[in-house]
Parts: sequence; C-alpha cells; structure tokens
Amino acid sequence: MQPTPRKPFSRPWHNDWWLHKRTYALYMIRELTCIALALYAAVVIYGLGRLAEGPEAWTAFVAALRGPGFVTFHLVALVLMVYHTVTWFQLTPKAMPVMRGDDFLPGHYIVGAHFAAWAVVSLVVLVIAGV
Amino acid sequence: MARSKSKPIFWGLFAAGGTVAAFLAPVMILLTGFLLPLGVFGPDAFSYERMHAFAGNWFGKLVLFGVLTLFLWHFGHRMRVTLHDLGIHNKGLAVVVCYGLAAIGTVWALVTLLSI
Repeated sequence: MQPTPRKPFSRPWHNDWWLHKRTYALYMIRELTCIALALYAAVVIYGLGRLAEGPEAWTAFVAALRGPGFVTFHLVALVLMVYHTVTWFQLTPKAMPVMRGDDFLPGHYIVGAHFAAWAVVSLVVLVIAGV
Repeated sequence: MARSKSKPIFWGLFAAGGTVAAFLAPVMILLTGFLLPLGVFGPDAFSYERMHAFAGNWFGKLVLFGVLTLFLWHFGHRMRVTLHDLGIHNKGLAVVVCYGLAAIGTVWALVTLLSI
C-alpha cells in the first residue's frame, strides 16, 4: 500500500505572474480590452439617454464629447479595441480551419479575409453615418 | 476561439460579442469620439433630428440593442474568466459581479432605448 505524501507538491502561484513575461503581459492586456468595450457601451447608452431627453440635452452631450475626458477615453478605447480586433482576427484560422485538398488553407488567407471585411464594414458604417 | 466553457450560452455570447466588437467597435469609437464631436460630416450629420430618426424607430433600436448587448456580454464572460487569471478564485463572486454588470447594462440599454 502506498503511503500518502507527507508534503504534496503545490506549484507556486503569484498573482503578478503575467508581468513576468512579455507574452503573458500582452495576453492580459488583450483580455482586459473587454473593460474598454464595456465602458464604451456605457458611454453610448448614456448618450442615447441624453438623446431621449431632448434636443438641448443631445446638444450638450455632443459638446461634452469634445472635452478632454471623453477625447482621452475614446483615444485609449480606440487603441485597445483595434488591438482586440487584430488579436481576434489572428485567432480565426484556429477557430475555423479550412481544408484545401489534403492541407489546411494557410492562415493568412483567412486573417486577410477578415481584415478586408473589416475595412468594408467600417467604410459602410462611415458612409451611412456621413450621408 | 480555441476553448469553450462549461456554460455554453455565456461563451456563445462572448464569441458573438467579440466578433461584432472586432468589426464594429473601432469605427463606432471613431465616430462618437472624433467625427461626431468635431463635426467632420457637417453640422446636420448627427443633429438631434437625424439621430432621433435613427434611434427612434424600431429597426434602429433593434440594431443598437443587439450591438450593445453583445458588447456587454462579451465583457461579462471574458472578465469572469480573466478574474481567475488575476488571482480571484471565488467563482461565485466572479459570476455574480461579471454577469451582474452585464445584466445591469442590458437593462439600462433596454430602458434607455425604449424611452427614445
């Protein structure tokens, strides 16, 4: 009969583990971009609330968007969400592997297709907004 | 994504939200952060009348609600999983806080859109 271990091995864990390597830090930044997304959603919902209050409130909201707080937030959020987009698209070949004959389609075709679609979608939104 | 979760509905919302966010979030931020306040498209592009026409009809509300809800639940699930990575191992707390915030945001979006 095997004796129970007197001191079972427990792997050391530090809460700052992700600061120890660049790849870990980039992973954590990627995950935390979701906070910027949620905060942006809150900004949009708040703006829609101001729209519901009437023309004066809406004008005041648009004016507030020019303030340094909102501009800084949007700048940071833009950088983070572009990072989300790039890293999300880079994972698509793993999420949707495509067979071509006996081999897999090289990943950069799938990634490239996503970036092309992203450009088209963005352009369409800008056109709709501006027209 | 390369992994799934034990509660597939939350993972499904995370995946859909992440995809919609990947395509739409940057251009939306560009609009509300810079093009709208700077009036790049002219003073009428985001006038009250035009915005109200879009957000006031059922189609605009549906689109906005769909996009905003997906954003919120992408955050909810991703944050829940990341809390473990950050050393917070109380699973119940993570679930309540993360999905709770997403739920609050969803209700807030619904109430706001219905009031336009």
